[in-house]
Amino acid sequence: MEYEAVIGLETHVQLKTKSKMWCGCANEFGAPPNTNVCPVCLGMPGVLPVANDEGLRLTVLTGYLLHCTIPRFAKFDRKNYFYPDAPKNYQVTQYDKPSTANGYLDFEFNGGMSRVRITRAHLEEDVGKNFHFDRNSGVDFNRAGVPLLEIVSEPDITSPDMAYAYLNALKDVLVYGGVSDCDMEKGMVRCDVNISVRPKGQKELGAKIEIKNMNSFSGARKALEYEIPRQIEVLTKGGKLSQETRRWDDVANITETMRSKEQAHDYRYFPEPDLMPFEPTEAWLEEVSKRVVELPLARKQRFMVDYELPAPDAETFVNDVPLGDYFEKAVASAKNRKAIANWVINNLRAKITETQIPLAEVKVKPNDIPELVALVDNGKISSKIAQDVFAEMFTSGDSPAQIVEKKGLAQVSDTGAIEKLCDEAIAANPKSVEDYKAGKVAALNSLKGQVMKLSKGKANPALVGEILEKKLKA
Amino acid sequence: MLNQLTISELTGKLAKKESSAREAIQACLDQIQKVDGQIHAFLSYDAADALAQADAADKALASGATHSQQPLLGVPIAIKDVLAVKNHPLNCASKILGKFISPYDGTVIEKLKAAGAIVFGRLNMDEFAMGSSTENSAFGPTHNPWDIARIPGGSSGGSAAAVAADECIATLGTDTGGSIRQPAALCGCVGLKPTYGRVSRYGLVAFASSLDQIGPFTKDVRDSATLLEVMSGVDHRDSTSVPQPVPRYHSALTGDIKGLKIGLPKEYMIGGLDPQVNAAVQAAVQQLQKLGAEVVEISLPHTDYAVATYYIVATAEASANLARFDGIRYGARVDGKDPIELYSNTRGAGFGPEVKRRIILGTYVLSSGYYDAYYLRAQKVRTLIRQDFLKAFEKVDAIVTPTTPTAAFKIGEKSDDPLQMYLSDIFTISCNLAGICGLSLPCGFTTNPKLPIGLQLLGKPFGEETILKIAHAYEQSTNWHKERPLLKI
Amino acid sequence: MAGTEIDVKYVAHLARISLSPAEEQKIGAQLGNILGYIEKLKELDVSQVEPTAHAVPLINVTRPDEIRPSLPTDEALRNAPAKANGLFLVPKIVE
Repeated sequence: MEYEAVIGLETHVQLKTKSKMWCGCANEFGAPPNTNVCPVCLGMPGVLPVANDEGLRLTVLTGYLLHCTIPRFAKFDRKNYFYPDAPKNYQVTQYDKPSTANGYLDFEFNGGMSRVRITRAHLEEDVGKNFHFDRNSGVDFNRAGVPLLEIVSEPDITSPDMAYAYLNALKDVLVYGGVSDCDMEKGMVRCDVNISVRPKGQKELGAKIEIKNMNSFSGARKALEYEIPRQIEVLTKGGKLSQETRRWDDVANITETMRSKEQAHDYRYFPEPDLMPFEPTEAWLEEVSKRVVELPLARKQRFMVDYELPAPDAETFVNDVPLGDYFEKAVASAKNRKAIANWVINNLRAKITETQIPLAEVKVKPNDIPELVALVDNGKISSKIAQDVFAEMFTSGDSPAQIVEKKGLAQVSDTGAIEKLCDEAIAANPKSVEDYKAGKVAALNSLKGQVMKLSKGKANPALVGEILEKKLKA
Repeated sequence: MLNQLTISELTGKLAKKESSAREAIQACLDQIQKVDGQIHAFLSYDAADALAQADAADKALASGATHSQQPLLGVPIAIKDVLAVKNHPLNCASKILGKFISPYDGTVIEKLKAAGAIVFGRLNMDEFAMGSSTENSAFGPTHNPWDIARIPGGSSGGSAAAVAADECIATLGTDTGGSIRQPAALCGCVGLKPTYGRVSRYGLVAFASSLDQIGPFTKDVRDSATLLEVMSGVDHRDSTSVPQPVPRYHSALTGDIKGLKIGLPKEYMIGGLDPQVNAAVQAAVQQLQKLGAEVVEISLPHTDYAVATYYIVATAEASANLARFDGIRYGARVDGKDPIELYSNTRGAGFGPEVKRRIILGTYVLSSGYYDAYYLRAQKVRTLIRQDFLKAFEKVDAIVTPTTPTAAFKIGEKSDDPLQMYLSDIFTISCNLAGICGLSLPCGFTTNPKLPIGLQLLGKPFGEETILKIAHAYEQSTNWHKERPLLKI
Repeated sequence: MAGTEIDVKYVAHLARISLSPAEEQKIGAQLGNILGYIEKLKELDVSQVEPTAHAVPLINVTRPDEIRPSLPTDEALRNAPAKANGLFLVPKIVE
């Protein structure tokens, strides 16, 4: 029998705020243990939480980025469970009235596009960090109370690779959107996996098994690569799977049953009496929606469609947003878009790398690039001269026309002037003239080179060839 | 004796330099020395710290500070052991907190200090404010100054007894279902529970977050107004505090209540009401009419459901609020082989029977499969109870009731029957569920033995001015508040 | 009053409170009695009633995202029953 996997992911992401969710302690990684703590985030007797408005804004911003609906009523609840890293022994979380719901994430996978539906992205608080020693454990509460977003996907994922692609795409969205730094090393992203298998074609889902403790996206992929065949093997051998929580052991590369978890989850959720409900106003929502940026995939597609750029160029402008924005300004009124992209990517970016001058301080104005391209396309200057003009543009900030004018770099297309130079060259190189007349066509190039030299590179090369040929054949 | 004075009397003397703050606190400390052995209102106090605060107040007074700038300058005020005072013990009358020292001041304490008060002492209470008699203190009960064989009420029994026994000028307590008004009634002082959100809860160790409020115990109504004005106001550390301007409560104390409409709820005339209490309250109602108020009968139809609703809402919230007492970050730890065992051992040993009972009830009503039947239903009935009051307040300016069905009962009399104990809170509980304000003041005494009787005035949300005005007018026309218990010394 | 059965052992475990068998029995009986009394709420039809979670109708109470001073570490750990190297110590956590 053939089996298929049904996978849903719960991704926890720390929000990029200055202070914690309920108190003014710094939201900062790497401080010495228990230095970013106060009575509130230590769960001292008598303290109360007050919601950080930026935490709420970033939550709703994520909702917009993931195409969620934003309910006009959200509230916080208490999720009750005892654990040493939970200072109050309940976690404040949005249980049945989250700030966002029903979205989706599109991403590239297997050469095509995939969509995973997002059930919800709800705001909650992080817990402390446990350190394990030989005989006991120690708790640091610096992380306790840091705003945490839990992004729950629908079980739309069918393979470990797809899970991996989804996680990376989600991370791109969150980093790009300014919601989270998603630094895996610093534990800013963590994910839990829900996985079940069923015979292909069967409608009912198999027993849902939760896997925890993956601290990287590749860890999640590896855990699934282990877990799916394990479940299928149990079933093919006639065994039964039951709902449980397993732990990923990234040393042994196996999943194993978690020992300490409650036999049954009975979290006793109820509305958090210390926090008031949240009912976003139109004005507030509009303010947040102004912070919505274009997502990487949408940007790539737009650059490919609107500017007819090849994928690699579009990707360059996705990975370097300011450069892409510069390109968009440069290309606005221009015809030869590919040429402009080449100048921005090959020349401008190279100069920036070489000189370490940030783009914002670069003197070349975006509309100077199409001007330069037009000079080449109209035969005003050669592409070789164009390189020199660009170098001058980068140093002086003058427009290409100004530079060409000032330095007299315009291509000479005046036939009279060129004829004079041709005559000079013919007179000075009798040997080449003889060779040409004897049938050595290559000799013409040598003469042509001489003319170009005499014109200091400014003569229109096509015209030079034409005139020389005419004269020699006469 | 300075310890017998009200706030307004003492500040008058301090302003005129007739007495010093040091003399005032010393008089209180002397009285504690004399009587607290039999009353046990105080769990602890730091005399040296109190005297140092008094000296600072005297220095300020000498250099020209006035009571219009700092209304409590030099006034000793003692604090219920559920409010956080920086560098002082905070035990909630429980063993579980061990030798906990608060690292911070609650907002109300900050306000008292800013107003110049001498903040001192830890007052006895029912453990975690769970109880109506102060018998649930892990450190032994408080005794009623009017009859030391009897309870002072609870949970703020120490706060009420300390004022009644003149161990202090005024005290702070907290009220979740009557814990200020009921002991004030049973000890013969004035106790005010402000509207929910009027006073910041930051620094109040939560029992039931949606019901708790901090309020004053005083010797007269004027002092209650003084303290309320200092304590009130929105606080950026408490999301549930309301940005409502704080009135000059004193201006309401005009003595003129002509034309005010006062409602008498028919549902409060219950069978268990003691005839002497009933007679005193009826006499008080007549007195209010004599003073020009119009008394009308009103109906609060869901009164009978208040106690059941309260014990679901309050215990559910408490089960989560008290989860933090786990022996990890603070408190008296009883070790175990793993964290789970440590929790169970610590909490099994650290909590007293009433606290365990309520945590287990609250855990049960929230547990899987029971939420809708208990907690959600109780929240809905809470809506009906609140609506009862809001409807009544469309017709009347205030409501008058007895504070308690009986005067103080004997220590040990009800301690084995929690349900009977809960039912004695019948008159005070609805006020917290509705989030309105309430006040209890003396309105007479039983005879044989002579025990105080309390009159309860309930007001609209943020209607403290009205109930203070009525209470003050009544008080000025009677002498009940001037009576003092005869303590054997 | 009708006693309601309550699994005290299970609920006490959820609440992390160890109880002696005597306590279990006593609390079970008392809570049965109280729950029996609470049954009276079922007399009311609340199907059309909105629940009240807060006594005052406030919404959107927030604070600006600003850093405020934290406690000094020795203050934070002052009340800790067991501590070392700036950490709160607990029995070994088994995952």
